[in-house]
Amino acid sequence: MIRVEGVVTRFGSRVIHDGVSLHIKRGEIYGILGESGSGKSVLMKEMIMLLAPTAGRIAILGTPLETIGVTEAQALRRKWGVLFQFGALFSSLTIAQNIEVQLKEYTNLTRKMRQALVHSKLTMVGLDASVGLLYPSQLSGGMVKRAALARALAMEPELLFLDEPTSGLDPIGARNFDALIVELRALLGVTVVVITHDLDSVFTIVDRMSVLADKRVVAEGSIDEILTSTHPFVEEFFKNEYTQKYREEHHHV
Amino acid sequence: MKCIFLTYTITNDRLALHSQGEWRLHTVRQVAQELEHLPRASDITWDFSGLEGFDSAGVLLFIDTLKRLEEGATVHIVGYTPQQEAMYQLLHQTDTTSPIEPPREGVVMRMGVEGVALYQLWRDFFTFLGHLVMAWVQTLRHPRNFRFKEIVYHIHRSGLNALLITGLSAFLVGLVIAYQSGVQLEKFGADLFIVDTVGISITRELAPMITAIVIAGRSGSAYTAEIGAMKITEEIAAMRTMGFDPYYFLVIPRIVALMVALPLLIFFADMMGIVGGMVASKLQLGISMGQFVDRLSEVLEVKHYLLGMIKGPVFAFLIAMIGCFRGLQVAHNTESIGLHTTASVVNGIFLVIAFDALFSVLYTELGL
Repeated sequence: MIRVEGVVTRFGSRVIHDGVSLHIKRGEIYGILGESGSGKSVLMKEMIMLLAPTAGRIAILGTPLETIGVTEAQALRRKWGVLFQFGALFSSLTIAQNIEVQLKEYTNLTRKMRQALVHSKLTMVGLDASVGLLYPSQLSGGMVKRAALARALAMEPELLFLDEPTSGLDPIGARNFDALIVELRALLGVTVVVITHDLDSVFTIVDRMSVLADKRVVAEGSIDEILTSTHPFVEEFFKNEYTQKYREEHHHV
Repeated sequence: MKCIFLTYTITNDRLALHSQGEWRLHTVRQVAQELEHLPRASDITWDFSGLEGFDSAGVLLFIDTLKRLEEGATVHIVGYTPQQEAMYQLLHQTDTTSPIEPPREGVVMRMGVEGVALYQLWRDFFTFLGHLVMAWVQTLRHPRNFRFKEIVYHIHRSGLNALLITGLSAFLVGLVIAYQSGVQLEKFGADLFIVDTVGISITRELAPMITAIVIAGRSGSAYTAEIGAMKITEEIAAMRTMGFDPYYFLVIPRIVALMVALPLLIFFADMMGIVGGMVASKLQLGISMGQFVDRLSEVLEVKHYLLGMIKGPVFAFLIAMIGCFRGLQVAHNTESIGLHTTASVVNGIFLVIAFDALFSVLYTELGL
């Protein structure tokens, strides 16, 4: 689904990535972890063609990004949905128009069909139909995330990129959002790439993950595989009561 | 009919439907067309086992069609996957009919909304003026807290950095004025009067106005955008909670700075405008620089220069005040910054021209 090989990223003299490689399979929820400044967001931006890596190869859905043409790139962009950290909803459009905008631009659907689709997306993310008429500035933080997720789903993507979906949400809202992601994966069969440092999400929804530290991937795999790593960052990141509990539950029984 | 997404067989009022292909976003329009031409039957069996792919658009189309078919027939659905059923369960209760666009407002409604907005704008403006006066009183009471550093910073930005553009504008205006009047004056043999024309019109009218208009576009818009951005990122709210009055910290320094900077810029524009006139006179009428300066010192009374200069602080106050007011009006979204910045420049330039006219009337009435 996604293959990242030996990616090097430099901004001026600052090295962000020095040989990052990872591999994401179809249908999984894949987490990208790492401390602030470890280049998680930069890596995601490289995957969605907002930035180009200094060196290395990235292939999304079998298409290598280094040699991609304009038409191919446009086609690829319609196969994924991106949820930005702060929603990035268009502030001059209503929520419904935000969801509709790509459908209007890229499909030949009738008005009525588009309307039905917008409503179905609002239902999927658990928002009331009346929310569609509101503007982004009128929504709470949690609702903005849901609305932005509905927009990301508008083109029925195969691939979903989520940049810190639970940051800024209260614990209950965050767990509900996690549940929503799992539900949508079951319903739509999408592959989900999620940047997070929410340990709850890491333990509950993520199937496999990679940990970025020291400018490269220091551990990749399921949570059990990650926990065997002895890298200082992994140890520090996971060394808390939560992990202790998990370890006890899963290894001493 | 050639069908890609559907095949059917019909035997005595029994219709057997087979869905096939991909029912997705980019195909549903075609699928819908094929579904419209189904023959009538009272007993329908709809088989989905041949479906290669689907998404919510496909499921929505199915829900829609099913409703239509069930009106005149019994429908049996077979061959669906659990995933299709899950999506059907989720979506078949979705209210798809309520509008997604806000209802259009009528003329009366819009007039009302505009009227209320206008009333609120003026009310906000007077509130702003009230706060401004309060902040001034505060400043005069505790002059030691006066934000000199900010003021100097803003003088540098709005004044010094604008020297080139205001100077160039005034130079060109002087050039144009001299050229245009030169042609006319030459006809009467009154070549030397070009000096009077340029000297008086530049110092008394044109330099102050041109400078003010350039500054309204340059600094007025900047003030609005800066303060507006601070409003959106809640910096102004943060300042308030710390007890930093935004009028005292943001508005007054900008206004004072521009009131100092604009007269200085006008002085520079006066000189550049006259130089422009001088160059054009030399080129067109052959009046030497020496002649020009001699004549200028004879005819250009100090009062013209002063009358032009007095306008400086007034224009500066208007521009900076509107810029800050519009900045504080920014609300919620990024679009609002653009709207208010435009409004700030338009209001600023209009006020400058309106007050210039007012000054003209005033000076004439006073016999100056």
